[in-house]
Amino acid sequence: MKAAIITFPGSNCDRDLAQAFSAAGADVTHVWHKDSTLPAGTDIVGVPGGFSFGDYLRCGAIAAQSPIGAAVRAHAERGGYVLGICNGFQVLTEMGLLPGALMRNSGLKFLCKSVGLRVETGQTGFTAGYTAGQVISLPIAHHDGNYTVDPETLARIEGECLVALRYTANPNGSVADIAGLLSENRRVLGMMPHPERAVDPALGNADGAAMFAGLIGRMALA
Amino acid sequence: MKARVHVMLKDGVLDPQGEAVRHALGTLGFSGVTGVRQGKVIELDLAATDKTKAEAEVRAMCERLLANTVIEKFSVELI
Repeated sequence: MKAAIITFPGSNCDRDLAQAFSAAGADVTHVWHKDSTLPAGTDIVGVPGGFSFGDYLRCGAIAAQSPIGAAVRAHAERGGYVLGICNGFQVLTEMGLLPGALMRNSGLKFLCKSVGLRVETGQTGFTAGYTAGQVISLPIAHHDGNYTVDPETLARIEGECLVALRYTANPNGSVADIAGLLSENRRVLGMMPHPERAVDPALGNADGAAMFAGLIGRMALA
Repeated sequence: MKARVHVMLKDGVLDPQGEAVRHALGTLGFSGVTGVRQGKVIELDLAATDKTKAEAEVRAMCERLLANTVIEKFSVELI
């Protein structure tokens, strides 16, 4: 299982994400945003958290137009897996791989804490390591995590069960408590919480480890 | 030629920053402010000389990068 982790100027979770994929058994390659191709045989692309391009213009807007962007889009269109975390989620919405947008937190504060999350669907590799309805805890660290989408698209999202994770207590004003959202083919996941920061019990919480282990297990079966 | 682009949140999209500014103005004693919306202004220096073409091009820039049309609206002014 080959994972490619993209690094933009200002990414700061790329090595944590690589570590989480490696620990789960993936073969990880780092890819620079100026590269125009992904390594041959890439199964999943990781778009990490951080402050790509200093959050200039809008969070994720400049990164979404990077040279590697076209390759990530093509990978997703082929049915490849993409995981965008935090700033990575913002990048995926700016790329148009996921609908909606992430706005400033409704309370205006940068939030850095652990939050409760309910796993809403088991029908995706991303949650194969959990059971639907399970409540887990993961850290969040963001200023712009307030997910917004028009009512028609929200109805479609709910109708197709594309919400992967919901906050148990909404910290940022996200519509319908959405913390993690799937694409229509359920192979692109954008999420504000950081599973890669919760993969080792030595750091106090390993609830995120099952996301990587479950995903890689599911992909090995395919 | 210069173009000036105004980007604002769409009507109906909650603007928490604008709300915070309105609240602060109230604290300062400006009690008559019933709403604040905060946006951004982007100025572009253009090589183009044809106004119609320039406007079409700047509008394309807005659609593709300068505004996120999911939540934002924009207007273009050539100066």
